[in-house]
Amino acid sequence: MRSDIAQQMAELTGEHVLLVLISVGIAVALALPAGIWMAHHSRARPWLAGFANVVQTIPSLALFGFLIPIPLIGGIGARTAIVALVLYALLPVLRGTLAGILSVDGAIRESAVAMGMNGWQLLTMVELPLAARNILAGIRVATVSTIGTATIAAAIGAGGLGVFIFQGIASVDTTQILAGAVPAALLALVADGLLGVVERRLAAT
Amino acid sequence: MSAAAAIEFDCVGYARGGSTILREVSLRVEPGETVVLLGRSGAGKSTALRMVNGLIQPSSGRVLVNGVATAAQDAIRLKRSCGYVIQEIGLFPHFTAGQNVGLVPRLEGWPPARIAERTAELLGQVGLDPAVYGRRYPRDLSGGQRQRVAIARALAADPAILLFDEPFGALDPITRAEMQRQFLELRKSLHKTALFVTHDVREALRLASRIALVDAGRVAVVCRPEEFRRTEHAAAREILAAAGELP
Repeated sequence: MRSDIAQQMAELTGEHVLLVLISVGIAVALALPAGIWMAHHSRARPWLAGFANVVQTIPSLALFGFLIPIPLIGGIGARTAIVALVLYALLPVLRGTLAGILSVDGAIRESAVAMGMNGWQLLTMVELPLAARNILAGIRVATVSTIGTATIAAAIGAGGLGVFIFQGIASVDTTQILAGAVPAALLALVADGLLGVVERRLAAT
Repeated sequence: MSAAAAIEFDCVGYARGGSTILREVSLRVEPGETVVLLGRSGAGKSTALRMVNGLIQPSSGRVLVNGVATAAQDAIRLKRSCGYVIQEIGLFPHFTAGQNVGLVPRLEGWPPARIAERTAELLGQVGLDPAVYGRRYPRDLSGGQRQRVAIARALAADPAILLFDEPFGALDPITRAEMQRQFLELRKSLHKTALFVTHDVREALRLASRIALVDAGRVAVVCRPEEFRRTEHAAAREILAAAGELP
């Protein structure tokens, strides 16, 4: 019985980590280019930032619910949950990228252009390295909050540590709630700590 | 028709946002000479300088580099053929001194060993021991050291033309005098064509082959430093008097 629970906990933690990695990965793949584009096109900024802000204000349980009837991305299961988690993770990464690139000093950018860098070299050799700390801070916020939000994904059958929490609530079993909540909190702390170390590494160079 | 000047401003005008910054500027810079654009803040000196490497295009007239209009040259080739030094902030903070110096050679695709050799040679030339300073980041260097790195960086790919935009403006007077001495030494050994922007009349008198006084968007006076002291032009007298350089 004990080992049953331990094994289930390991499985659910694995599912949880996978949900978070996939969601944050997709969010970074979308928000990083979008943030770079926004940094270079000031007119697009209010639109994209507005969209990401509005998404952030939708309660997570409601967003999961809204997505279920939508064809292709909806339905019951992990796919729907990932769509919702990606939407939530977009804003912090977008903000970090935008703030990072906009913080690059105009004199440095001009001196890069005057050295004969083309647009791609300016981006990859100057803007992104100097924005790296901000971008990473955004990814860190997105990761930690996604670990929390992903527990709710169990409500639409996506699995993860939320399974324990919802079962515990249904059967008024505090132990079971804790079996989901404690590992989720630990995951968040570990992710925060690891990404914090990377962030400080970047600051040191 | 005479041989092509290294840099030539041909009746250049520049206007932006309804205000005219340069009007009918004509000026020739011969190969090997140092022309100092002297003038007050906002006179249009930096604007003129930035036209030479194509950071800005003139609104009217033409700027020619080695006899060819900048508008007709490949923008990136042109920029890499001009060394450009601005105030210390222009160094890349995430590159070491050595990486800053080796940047243009790296962009040009030199092999790493040749970049390393060139970087060490240049740091030595501006008075910085490459073994000590090559691996330091700009924030670990003094203002004067940073400016030396900036000059070495501008020299890296051996450009024929050097552009200086108030390069010593942020330095204390002693470091500034030291940098000016270094500049004169480099000029003697390298024979580069240089265009140098400053508002400091003493710096202009010390460094220039010829001084071009820029006043309200026009080139008011062009002459050799010793003639500049005797000129009767009102704007020149004013700038000399302000620096205590009039008897």
